[in-house]
Amino acid sequence: MSYSDYELVVGLEIHAQLTTKSKLFSPVSTEFEAGDNENISEVCVGLPGTLPVLNKAVVDQAVRAGIALSCQINTRSQFSRKQYFYPDLSKGYQISQFDKPVCGEGLVSFFVGSELKKVRIERAHIEEDAGKSTHHGTHTYINYNRAGMPLLEIVSAPDIRSAKEAAEYARTVRNILRYQGVCDGNLEEGSLRCDCNISIRKKGDPKLGTKVELKNINSFRFIEKAIDYEYQRQIDCKESQQTIYQETRLYDSTKNVTVSMRSKEEADDYRYFPDPDLLDLQIEESFIEERKKLTFEGPVQRQQRYMQEYSLNQEEAYLLTQERDHADYFESVVDVCKNPKLSCNWISGEIFRMLNEEKVEIAECPIKPQSLGGLINQISKGVISGKIAKDVFTKMWESGDEAEVIIEKQGLKQVSDSGAIEAWVDEVLSKNPENVSEYKSGKTKIFGFFVGQVMKLSKGQASPDLVNKLLKEKLNGE
Amino acid sequence: MEIYQLSAQQILERIAKKEVSKEEVFDSYKKRIEKINPQINAFISVSDYPQEKARGDEGRLSGVPIGVKDLFCTKGIRTTAASKALENFVPPYTATVVKNLLNEGAIISGKLNMDEFAMGSSNENSFFGAVKNPADLEYVAGGSSGGSAAAVAAGLCPISLGSDTGGSIRLPASYCGVMGLKPTYGRMSRYGMISYASSLDQAGPLARSIEDLALATEIMSGFDGKDSTSFKSEEKAFYQKLKADSQFKVGVIKGLDRLNFDPAIKTAYEEFVEELRAKKIEIESIELSSLEHTVSIYYLIAMSEASSNLSRYDGVRFGYRHDFSKEPPGSLEEFYSKTRGEAFGKEVKRRILLGSYALSAGYFDQFYQKASLLRRKLSLEIEEAFKKVDLILSPVSTVGAFKIGERNKDPLKMYETDQLTTLANLTGTPAVSYPLSQKTKLPVGIQFIAPHFREQSLLDFGLYLQNEGLIRSEVQDVL
Repeated sequence: MSYSDYELVVGLEIHAQLTTKSKLFSPVSTEFEAGDNENISEVCVGLPGTLPVLNKAVVDQAVRAGIALSCQINTRSQFSRKQYFYPDLSKGYQISQFDKPVCGEGLVSFFVGSELKKVRIERAHIEEDAGKSTHHGTHTYINYNRAGMPLLEIVSAPDIRSAKEAAEYARTVRNILRYQGVCDGNLEEGSLRCDCNISIRKKGDPKLGTKVELKNINSFRFIEKAIDYEYQRQIDCKESQQTIYQETRLYDSTKNVTVSMRSKEEADDYRYFPDPDLLDLQIEESFIEERKKLTFEGPVQRQQRYMQEYSLNQEEAYLLTQERDHADYFESVVDVCKNPKLSCNWISGEIFRMLNEEKVEIAECPIKPQSLGGLINQISKGVISGKIAKDVFTKMWESGDEAEVIIEKQGLKQVSDSGAIEAWVDEVLSKNPENVSEYKSGKTKIFGFFVGQVMKLSKGQASPDLVNKLLKEKLNGE
Repeated sequence: MEIYQLSAQQILERIAKKEVSKEEVFDSYKKRIEKINPQINAFISVSDYPQEKARGDEGRLSGVPIGVKDLFCTKGIRTTAASKALENFVPPYTATVVKNLLNEGAIISGKLNMDEFAMGSSNENSFFGAVKNPADLEYVAGGSSGGSAAAVAAGLCPISLGSDTGGSIRLPASYCGVMGLKPTYGRMSRYGMISYASSLDQAGPLARSIEDLALATEIMSGFDGKDSTSFKSEEKAFYQKLKADSQFKVGVIKGLDRLNFDPAIKTAYEEFVEELRAKKIEIESIELSSLEHTVSIYYLIAMSEASSNLSRYDGVRFGYRHDFSKEPPGSLEEFYSKTRGEAFGKEVKRRILLGSYALSAGYFDQFYQKASLLRRKLSLEIEEAFKKVDLILSPVSTVGAFKIGERNKDPLKMYETDQLTTLANLTGTPAVSYPLSQKTKLPVGIQFIAPHFREQSLLDFGLYLQNEGLIRSEVQDVL
């Protein structure tokens, strides 16, 4: 058997922390920056006699996320207790949803290369987060600020067939949630956490293999690498007649390996049962309809729209739609200049480069969309060349002035006066007689040299079109 | 009459007429507690007169001392649930039902003994020792609100707070000869009341007169945004609307003989039915075919929920923790098992184990799920019965008060006492226990159940029975 005889089967469980101001079952702030155990109440730490009360804002965000993930929204769902002992789990159980989740089946589409891949979502449910344990020597310190934070767990069907697809699926889900403003989607900070269920099977085998769970991988790149490693490991196991155990493994990014964390040989028994402190969650149809109206177009839909409406290629459209703020910026620029192609080039080129260099978000970009649109207009109208435009762009970034003002002040207007350009052309030709005769003897490749010289002489202001035209006329010797 | 013999209404009158001050009332009760409590062990903690002025100075219970079952959290006052697990726990908040009473000027006289975490029917399962029946100190007070019933019966407070998950107000009320009311599920907030079985737990008052019972019910009731299972309702003027009323059709359960009754209890019940007939009260038989199953359904559900509710007592954040100062725990498991193994009493452990078992994978369907289905069936049967009658009458228990130590070797025998009371908890209906005025060796109560939200019927009929002398509650002198 060879490697290509095995098929990889992956399903992802994504835990997304919702962005509500207060916790899931208690009116306590979700502020990330708070000091240790400052954002807690008697409910968060499970003091005797305390009871959970559902935060409606969480339901709102969960429903909007569900709609954006094309999920069926269940008008009746139920909270259950998932029971296990751990010091940072304050009540000895986690309030979650079990057999009646708020969001049912959904679908996520995204591009992998040029192929549009579809991954089904099995369910998405609301649950509370646990606190955070930190181990120092013989002591463990527990911070309950995170206890009771609202999470949406999004469970995919085992539809993913490659590590690259898995990473792209995770990225897409993150972007979809960020587009709706319901999750920050930060893997490093833990506002998005990803568990991967991985198995292999012989191609054509309808039965799924033994599932291995990879936990808490903190970057999209590592998702890809970890799955790739695990895929190889499982094939090696099979090929060498070893058993693949059902277990939880952790990915070690420095060594690029996965290591066994705990065996699931004895299946966990969480003793789920409906939480008697909470009533069933009933959602009105009208509530769902209203949320549908509030749901923004998702990243993949935008990507497809940009490809169709603006004739951008897939890569270009993809880059612009990774963040909703970026896509919104792009659309505002196009509104002003009506030139999607140039807008795209300037944003994915200069704007992204500067944002990255200066480490600022697009919301704080000193060049507003109207201004960038203005600059592009100056190029399209032939007032300045693309080369000059880059200088103007830098000045705009520094001063915040409009392109038109800078061009006017600095006299950067493109020279389109054929008399003036002819004079520069003549000067260049007369100064370089050897090159002229070389050209005339058939070495037409050096044409660019003459263009460059003329542009240099004009300090970049000569209209490149006119320079080309005049040079050709003179050199071809009419 | 001595102050300790008075009802809350009579105390309020004396205060209003300036015959006595609030401090004097409080002091006289305190003296009575100091004298009697060592005999009956009803109080776990006794409070002092509050330094800061009570908030509801003009309230409807202004100056009335109330005893509070030690299951209700009271800010700054130790709240133990009669468990070693919470022996030194002082909550930073007050249970909503207690707050409602304090807002009307009531004063907490102390925290009352109970079965550990409200698990028990005889009040023998307390970390602080058994409560004794004021009518005969050799007998149990009933549980789990044994302290609440004994304190009211012995005149240590005119009104007390109890909680009722499977009969925990009504059974001790019956054994001690006082009145106790378990409201409709959701009528009173559960916030701050330490959970035993969340879907069954309800707070309720105990008193020696229908008027006091109605007033306390009225004040304790009401919607609370901190409890998702509490409901919004306009009708809660139980005291203001209270009027003696005999116009109720009373249902008696057909074939009660099939239950295993103490003969004396059966006789007392049958005599009471005859007394009602003599007063021309309309009586009709009703079917309740699921009655035999109530104990099984109740204990499966209650233990399942309890096993989960008590997981938080792990010694990590509060409450009892095994002393690891000499030898640190070898594992997390050891930390938990030592701590929890020492913190809980035998009956609590039994219920946690059985409940965990019933919820385990592979057993969930045949135990918890099946019990839930039968619970629904029982609700339908009760609903059907209430199409024919206004109230359902039964003994409170098949078993009368028994001697301390007589039944606690055999848990099943103990659970049997709850057969008739659990009916109301499983169906969420309101129910009372009223003390019969017949001359029996020890007090015996009678139970009435009403349809959801009809506490008023229970109270109005109760007032009629009280006026007619069919029910009566008197202070036991004890010494």
